[in-house]
Amino acid sequence: MLRFILNRLALIVPTLIGITICAFGFVRVLPGDPILALAGQHGVTAARYEELKVQFGFDKPLWEQYFRYIGNILHGDFGQSISTHSPVIGEFLKLFPATLELSLCAVIFAIVLGIPIGIIAAARRGTWIDQGLMGTALVGYSMPIFWWGLLLVILFSTTLHWTPVSGRIDLQYFFKPVTGLMLIDSLLSGQKGAFQSALSHLILPTIVLGTIPLAVIARQTRSAMLEVMGEDYVRTARAKGLRQFRVVGIHALRNALIPVVTTIGLQVGVLLGGAILTESIFSWPGIGKWMVDSIYKRDYPVVQTGLLVIALIVMAVNLIVDVLYAVINPRIRVH
Amino acid sequence: MKLMHTLLAAAALTAVLGGSAYAKTLVYCSEASPANFDPATTTGGNDLDASSRTVFNRLVEFKHGSTEIEPGLAESWDVSADGLTYTFHLRKGVKFQTTDYFTPTRDFNADDVLWSFNRQNDPTSPWAKYTETTSYDYFQGMDMPKFTKEWKKVDDYTVQLILTEPNSPMLANLGMDFASIFSAEYAAQLEKSGNLTDMSNKPVGTGPFQFVDYQLDSAIRFKANPDYWKGKEKIDDLIFAITPDATTRAQKVQAGECDVMAYPNPADVGMLKADANLNVMEQAGLNVGYMSYNTTLAPLDNADVRHALNMAIDRDSLIKALFQDAGAVKAENLIPPTMWSWNKDVKTDAYDPAKAAEILKAHNVTAIQLWASDRVRPYNPNFARAAELIQADWAKVGVTATITQMEWTPYREAGKKPDRPGAFQIGWSGDNGDPDNFFATLFACSAIGVSNYSSWCNPAFEKDIQDAKGTADMAKRTALYEDAQAIFAKEAPAFLLAHSQVYFVANKKVTGIVQDPLGMHRFDGTDVAE
Repeated sequence: MLRFILNRLALIVPTLIGITICAFGFVRVLPGDPILALAGQHGVTAARYEELKVQFGFDKPLWEQYFRYIGNILHGDFGQSISTHSPVIGEFLKLFPATLELSLCAVIFAIVLGIPIGIIAAARRGTWIDQGLMGTALVGYSMPIFWWGLLLVILFSTTLHWTPVSGRIDLQYFFKPVTGLMLIDSLLSGQKGAFQSALSHLILPTIVLGTIPLAVIARQTRSAMLEVMGEDYVRTARAKGLRQFRVVGIHALRNALIPVVTTIGLQVGVLLGGAILTESIFSWPGIGKWMVDSIYKRDYPVVQTGLLVIALIVMAVNLIVDVLYAVINPRIRVH
Repeated sequence: MKLMHTLLAAAALTAVLGGSAYAKTLVYCSEASPANFDPATTTGGNDLDASSRTVFNRLVEFKHGSTEIEPGLAESWDVSADGLTYTFHLRKGVKFQTTDYFTPTRDFNADDVLWSFNRQNDPTSPWAKYTETTSYDYFQGMDMPKFTKEWKKVDDYTVQLILTEPNSPMLANLGMDFASIFSAEYAAQLEKSGNLTDMSNKPVGTGPFQFVDYQLDSAIRFKANPDYWKGKEKIDDLIFAITPDATTRAQKVQAGECDVMAYPNPADVGMLKADANLNVMEQAGLNVGYMSYNTTLAPLDNADVRHALNMAIDRDSLIKALFQDAGAVKAENLIPPTMWSWNKDVKTDAYDPAKAAEILKAHNVTAIQLWASDRVRPYNPNFARAAELIQADWAKVGVTATITQMEWTPYREAGKKPDRPGAFQIGWSGDNGDPDNFFATLFACSAIGVSNYSSWCNPAFEKDIQDAKGTADMAKRTALYEDAQAIFAKEAPAFLLAHSQVYFVANKKVTGIVQDPLGMHRFDGTDVAE
């Protein structure tokens, strides 16, 4: 098992180097640069432009800039945002809890609804229930996030006034973040109504971000269930006279969950991608919105660090999923 | 005794609850996160709304809702006969804000004025680059280093600005955000502690509100400055709820989650106007959308060709398609009709495709490059759509336009190059209400390669605008600018599109809110009904 983990970790190093090159390269391939993005409508003169280029270090050859960037990272220095002048890692740590909270809620929402839907569809294979659930899942999977979010806001926020339009909590509540997770911080603040407010702000973003993973998990659970339900041991279990609930819920589900776990792991990348759109719709102050703004401003240090850290998170989750997979399916360790 | 305790507890509870109930809060849905809170180092309207216009004051101020100058931290001023010396008499008894990170020990005085301007002009100052990326872009953009000879302290409450040459728009420049006055004492405190970067995220000024907290990308909190020299504001708390999506802002203001919102989508204006709880304010913006022809390259170096291309565009239909319900005023001159010196006798080319086709054929003009960006600007909500419509109009007169579309930042970079071919869509939002801010910034010879996208350098026009800058005589300035507009219309270095209508939406329970012609969002003087 240890060798398996070490093998996986060894693969991370070249991947990381590749990611730093991509992160550094992508943002520079884009036309325009931070100096012009910052200049405002007055623009800058050619002389001033050259002066600022030297000040920002953009006059150096690209390879030199890259190695300086890597050197700084190895010293724990992720640079300073060109537009806000704040350390990038500090900004990331301030915003990441918002994305984390939203993503966790979306995953929980997707799992809690997705797995039972998949099981029911598999157990009722071929019936109208199966067709209805899978049809709905297909619609959910194909739903454009932006349109879906706006639709929910118009219905539940502006028409029915059941949920707030955007943000993480009512602005009347004001407390310093402790964990950065609003649900926990609102409880810790002791302010009456703060937790309910934070919860109500999470509902729509969670649904919007969780819809696609929910559809994927439901479909994956159904197909995995159908596969294992045809296995000999399930037939044996039925032959023993076990109840349908035990056959499906205990014998089949445990084995069917193996590919579902992998699917859930893979959804982390999807969630971070979806978070960019969801955060924009709901003015959710997370890293998705931060990254998009930084791309527009050509804020190189923010884009580079953001991409790198997001890639690290996706890799870490995939590693955990791989390990988890090896734990629940010992056969994988041999290969 | 027990009853007494109960009564006391009830009274205390009432006091606490009562206190919070009476705290008046105004929530403003702003359009973007501020880059930082140092108004000398930022240029975006959203940055300046959150710093200069809330926390700071200037020597002179723009009168609320107008482009007229009124006394600010300077009670009065004199200008010498040669126009080279401005003497400012400073207001006494003005206090800088007391916050949990700074407690002033003295009132505002001349040292603060000198510090605020000198740090932007002195490359040896520790403040010149107090963060890795500090640059005083507006100070540079308004040519302050060129015009400033010296800031001189006469005594604690008198300062002089000595100019290198007369510059009439200078007073208006000093009302701009980059001219905000900082506390030299606070700067010294930061220098001593080595925390210079706090200047950009923990602002201290003399303005109506003081900074409380900023939650990155989420909300900015201010409270009324209890020591404000004009008296404490009626609202106690001012919160900027950062909401970048215009549709979400509209939904929030309708749902009552915001009291005021910035920049509605043109498509949402009708819906917002129909809402009985909302007050939709509108006015002709101090802006202009236009399309610059590169006047140095054939065939656009010929004024007849430029006129013909203008004549080929059905401007009324174009404005209707672009601005929809939000509306816009057809631009006859570079400056909007609300600005002094607007020449009512000047008319831009009328729509006449037949004549245009004839001229263009005579000059053998068959192809042209047409530029568009992806960015929504107040003066042009859709460059790409405009390009398509202009392309269709030009096709009718036998000219094939090839559209080059780019993202905003590289777009401007490509557009300002003196050898850029074709017609380039751009525009301008006024900074200070002075015509010089339009004419000189956009079409002075010295602006070629910076913001003169037509690379147009006309000696007669240049003389007019430079002479107007050098005199304080308003009648003379007006005549010179009027003449400059006539030259502009004759030479047609650009196709003038429109001055857009600008909107500001507030809940009807908000009183005292005034729409600003310079596009600022100011909350001094506002109140919220209980």
